[in-house]
Amino acid sequence: MEMWITQLFNGLSVSSILLLIALGLSITFGLMGVINMAHGEFIMIGSYAAYLTQNAFKELPKSMFDTYFLVALPASFLVAFAVGYLLENLLIRHLYGRPLDSLLATWGVGLVLQQIARSIFGAPNVAVNSPSWLNGGLHVMDGIDLPYKRLFILALVSVCLAAMYVYINRSHSGRRMRAVMQNREMAACLGISTRRVDGMTFAIGSGIAGVAGCALTLIGPIGPNIGTYYIVDAFMVVVLGGVGKLVGTVLGALGIGVFNTMFEWWSTASLGKVFVFLCIVAFLQWKPKGLFAVRTRQLD
Amino acid sequence: MKKIAWLKIAGLAVSLSLALTGCGGNNEDNASSAPASSAAGSAAASGGGDTVKVGILHSLSGTMSISEVTVKNSESMAIDEINAKGGVLGKKIVPVIEDGASDWPTFAEKARKLLSEDKVATVFGGWTSASRKAMLPVFEELNGLLWYPVQYEGLESSPNIFYTGATTNQQIVPSVDYLLEQGKKKFFLLGSDYVFPRTANKIIKAQLAAKGGETVAEEYTPLGHTDYTTIIAKIKEAKPDVVYNTLNGDSNVAFFKQLKDANIAAADLTTLSVSIAEEEVKGIGPDFLAGHLVAWNYYQTTDTPENKTFVENFKAKYGADSVTSDPMEAGYTAVYLWAAAVEKAGSFDVDKVKEAAKGIEWNAPEGKVTIDGDNQHIYKTVRIGEIQPDGMIKELWNSGSPVKPDPYLKGYDWAKDLSAGS
Repeated sequence: MEMWITQLFNGLSVSSILLLIALGLSITFGLMGVINMAHGEFIMIGSYAAYLTQNAFKELPKSMFDTYFLVALPASFLVAFAVGYLLENLLIRHLYGRPLDSLLATWGVGLVLQQIARSIFGAPNVAVNSPSWLNGGLHVMDGIDLPYKRLFILALVSVCLAAMYVYINRSHSGRRMRAVMQNREMAACLGISTRRVDGMTFAIGSGIAGVAGCALTLIGPIGPNIGTYYIVDAFMVVVLGGVGKLVGTVLGALGIGVFNTMFEWWSTASLGKVFVFLCIVAFLQWKPKGLFAVRTRQLD
Repeated sequence: MKKIAWLKIAGLAVSLSLALTGCGGNNEDNASSAPASSAAGSAAASGGGDTVKVGILHSLSGTMSISEVTVKNSESMAIDEINAKGGVLGKKIVPVIEDGASDWPTFAEKARKLLSEDKVATVFGGWTSASRKAMLPVFEELNGLLWYPVQYEGLESSPNIFYTGATTNQQIVPSVDYLLEQGKKKFFLLGSDYVFPRTANKIIKAQLAAKGGETVAEEYTPLGHTDYTTIIAKIKEAKPDVVYNTLNGDSNVAFFKQLKDANIAAADLTTLSVSIAEEEVKGIGPDFLAGHLVAWNYYQTTDTPENKTFVENFKAKYGADSVTSDPMEAGYTAVYLWAAAVEKAGSFDVDKVKEAAKGIEWNAPEGKVTIDGDNQHIYKTVRIGEIQPDGMIKELWNSGSPVKPDPYLKGYDWAKDLSAGS
């Protein structure tokens, strides 16, 4: 019984991390049609931003140190946002509508970014100390301890998800974003600057990857290729969920996360992943457009 | 339309080549910034034949770089020290530093480059068994010489490799004996999914079966794996007396952080690790590791006069907060043993150096080491230690005298089927 609860929680927690990473990707890939292979590097940028924030706080009085994480989260978002905006302006906007070219070009950009990080921070991983209020776990009952870090990440993901939902569906600029993605020409005719919307959309996607990077500093090592560990899983989430649908991304992440932990429980870490990928492949055979397909009038 | 397509391709080519030169340029940076001697070396090289080139081949990037960069540093230091005393056979040593990038085919490729293009006299390098297994055929084919500085799973002996780290009977076998003597019978085996942990665990299982211990579970995770929640749940379920940890690289960071987050401290469950030394303790954070056990042949705290000098010199060169570890010490020792063998042989010729190396003794920081002529491993003292809150390791037990290396475990009855199998 305890095992089931623990494993369900573990599955949820893996899902939440996947979801945080895939959220940004579902914006750039799902809405804009850009296969952004550099997405993992935006995660890395977010992690290093958190690392730098931590170092800055080490200069301050010790009592202040534990609050660094609350500053690191927005800092990670802003830094990744800025780099994303820059990248969109310099490169991505020349590649719209050419998914294969964007794949290659962003992959190159990813390599360059990794190399830059390696030059600045060195090849070995850097240590990010988690704030002390996130150490340890919540003791529910014998055999069940829920780590605070995982609970925090769950909460963080919920907040990000809610914010995204409100932004896309309720805010003025979010609606413009949807308009442009659904019918670019019509939106342009009605006076929306599609150029500016594209830039913002890509930057927001990158910024969320930055937040994911900041969250990852809580659970593992931070190095130049941290992003590459997660990028394949994130693409799987987006493809399984159905391109361009927020709810699809959520369910995709939930499915992959929970199944991954369950399979890992019954087999091993490597085999667990293999089983998950096999299931995804089988599912996509049955429903090529993923869990939620966007209805369009486009003729395929 | 045609024109645009060509522009596209050209643009991609440019961005890709940018990415690639980015990598290449950085490698050169690494090589030139690391040893102080390389500038002097290249000046000397242009002067004529009073230098000798040696290769240093470690992962300076990727998942293994957390461990391997420091070994490169200690090897560079040994080379500088020998150069300061006049070099070997009157020649200054010039290191050629290459990055294996935590990628086994890259190790093989760089080894080939060092031997056939740079024509180095010997190579110091490798960490993971996978990297060694990738380099081995290259060294045998081109009759090169490799000094491998890390403890490994044994069951191997190549005429072109000198092993200055521990083999299994100098680390794993005695550490399992030690745990059994402490009354820890139920073992949970956790390792990274490649050759060293799998072979090490095969040996441990045979040893436990013969000596009344019990293997409650055996788990492997891919290199670079970072989510250990399920493994920790399995550990809780299996209720072992000890987790025997053969994880490599930065998976250890994730594992120990998550272990602590699950409210499991060393007092509740001891782990014994064979790939975590002082450098890794620093990277993971000593508060996650305090109280856990490790097994090696050398610690920064090892009490010998040679070690005092070694630690002082290392800190002077790489900063007061740098630490020394077993593989670093083994890498450092390897350079000195090679130099001694070359002096004895009076030549840099690989076959002559190998012949001369037999029986060479040296007072290493870990104590006296001797090259075993039978299998090109070295006699080493075994030490079990406990990680302290300050990141140093306190020795709990040692073997008293250097142990003869026995890579195929011929001296153990229970190990009879192991070497036959592989």
